[in-house]
Amino acid sequence: MSATPGRIAFATVVAFLGIAPFLPMAGMKQYMLHVVIQIFIWTFIGQAWSLMGRFGLVSLGHGAFLGIGAYATTLLWNFYGLTPWIGSLVAVALAVVMAFLVAYPCSRFGIIGHYFALTTLAVGEVVRLLIIAERDWTGGSLGVTLKAAGDASFIALQYADKQVWYYVGLVLWLAGLWVWARLDRSMARAAMEAIGEDETAAASVGIRVTRFKLWLTVLSAALTALGGVAYAQYITYVNPETLSGIGVSLRIVFAVVLGGMYSLLGPTVGTALTIALSEWLRIVFGVKFIGMAETIYGLLLVIFIIFLPAGIYGSLADLVRRRRRPAAAPATA
Amino acid sequence: MIDPIFLLEAAVNGIMLGGVLALLALGLNLIFGVLDVVWIAYVDLVMVSMYAVYFTVMVYGWPLWLGGLAGVALGVVLGLLVHVLIITPILDSPPVNQLLATGGLLFFIQSFATFLWTTDHRSVRIALPPLEIAGIFVSYARLISFVLSIAVMIGLYLFLTRTYIGTAMRAVSQDRGAMALMGANPQRVYLVTSAVGGAMAGVAAVLLSIQYSVHPYFGAAFGPITFMICVLGGLGNMVGAFVASFIMSEIIAIGGVVWSTEMGYVIAFALFIVMMFVRPGGIFARRQ
Repeated sequence: MSATPGRIAFATVVAFLGIAPFLPMAGMKQYMLHVVIQIFIWTFIGQAWSLMGRFGLVSLGHGAFLGIGAYATTLLWNFYGLTPWIGSLVAVALAVVMAFLVAYPCSRFGIIGHYFALTTLAVGEVVRLLIIAERDWTGGSLGVTLKAAGDASFIALQYADKQVWYYVGLVLWLAGLWVWARLDRSMARAAMEAIGEDETAAASVGIRVTRFKLWLTVLSAALTALGGVAYAQYITYVNPETLSGIGVSLRIVFAVVLGGMYSLLGPTVGTALTIALSEWLRIVFGVKFIGMAETIYGLLLVIFIIFLPAGIYGSLADLVRRRRRPAAAPATA
Repeated sequence: MIDPIFLLEAAVNGIMLGGVLALLALGLNLIFGVLDVVWIAYVDLVMVSMYAVYFTVMVYGWPLWLGGLAGVALGVVLGLLVHVLIITPILDSPPVNQLLATGGLLFFIQSFATFLWTTDHRSVRIALPPLEIAGIFVSYARLISFVLSIAVMIGLYLFLTRTYIGTAMRAVSQDRGAMALMGANPQRVYLVTSAVGGAMAGVAAVLLSIQYSVHPYFGAAFGPITFMICVLGGLGNMVGAFVASFIMSEIIAIGGVVWSTEMGYVIAFALFIVMMFVRPGGIFARRQ
């Protein structure tokens, strides 16, 4: 057994799983719990994004799917009293339709690279502006608060107890890891990597480029919408700026790229770091220097991206690999 | 039904807006064409220059033309700084990293501006009477902006076609590899491009600051539409960006009068998405 980065990652996950279920019982502070839940949910969203991102489908508009997910369940509950258990299905269906509408022509007409990034950015903006424009329904830029459920917390999927959300987040995170690993081991991965390298060449060896890209985008969008539902149900307040548009879309991408999008734990590491960083900066500066926390956040992001292009986790994994190689070389000689 | 005179007024205002949008789009497009990098924070640089105009004119009492020059000069400096500090180290990185580095810059500039200058809206007030032509009211500030932006664009055109460095810039945008083989120094071309792109941002800032008040989130209001225009016209395609600016500004202006400002933008973005599918290479792309 040698310590490949993959094995280390696997061992880390297993070790964490051993203690994770008991963490909230050890008298974890409510605030810590809140931070961890946010990390779980946003990691799930980041994992969903990285399903596309790692194959060169850089979307800057995942806020669109996030916003659709969050607003669909919230509005269905507020106006029609529809339980989020069904509402989330509607939300995912809407996100899938949206993803299909965007991804089909994009794949069909070969919109890739910068063009794909900017097209998706426009999609994210459309959703944000539609939410603002339909203010009679959505509350415009003021956002909407989820109607309190009272006793029916299971039907409404509303729990004041953060411990419940901790386990929901944990399950989501694991589900995200599972989907990621599943895709990583499938034939689709080889096909998608070939497509990411060169579409025409991939098509020439019989890979169905359009079908693969479409499938991946739809999967990613559906999971993102689900993440949006979870976030909205947890926070019980939705707002166009925090759930759609360019800001949140960039934040998702940042977290993933910072962690490293080519590795299983990359999105987790990146999201945990960015959320911990922004929470920490928020506490340090509080309300004294408005904007200072975000300023440092932005500055650090630029520095990280310049100096750690493979992401933090990716760079660490490279380091482990490099350390191993000199040791292994004499053995073969 | 809406009075046709309002529609006509909106159309005229749309053309005025289109001039400034074209300036923004051309600056961004120039950088993209030569460097193959999209500056996500481009309009946030404009915002910083707008603050320069505001502070020099309104706080220190400089005459508008001098404050304007300061804004343009700051634009050049910012363009060079972005290129040297951020773009140069990651010129060979994957596109997503380049997008994100300038995206991080966007967060940085927005929040730092919030920190320094708060979220107050500040405007450079110049008292000019509106101009009335055949029942349509046109603001003088907009007319001046429009005329100046057209003049600057003609200047850019002459620079790109009549000077050696301008020709070199166009050459790089056509074939990066061949350019180095011909013995030209790509680094110098990149620097000049970033400076010119920054100058365009500065000029746009001056022209925008006499029409709109500036606030830290100004970039978020004009940024996305600028990217859309560049892609709609064809990334790197100058003529395309120019025409696309007017298409987009007309939709926004008329949509804003008929429905609401947000709906104007929604329609513009929706059209953009549809156009991407009809003509992925931009409105003037030749069919392959």
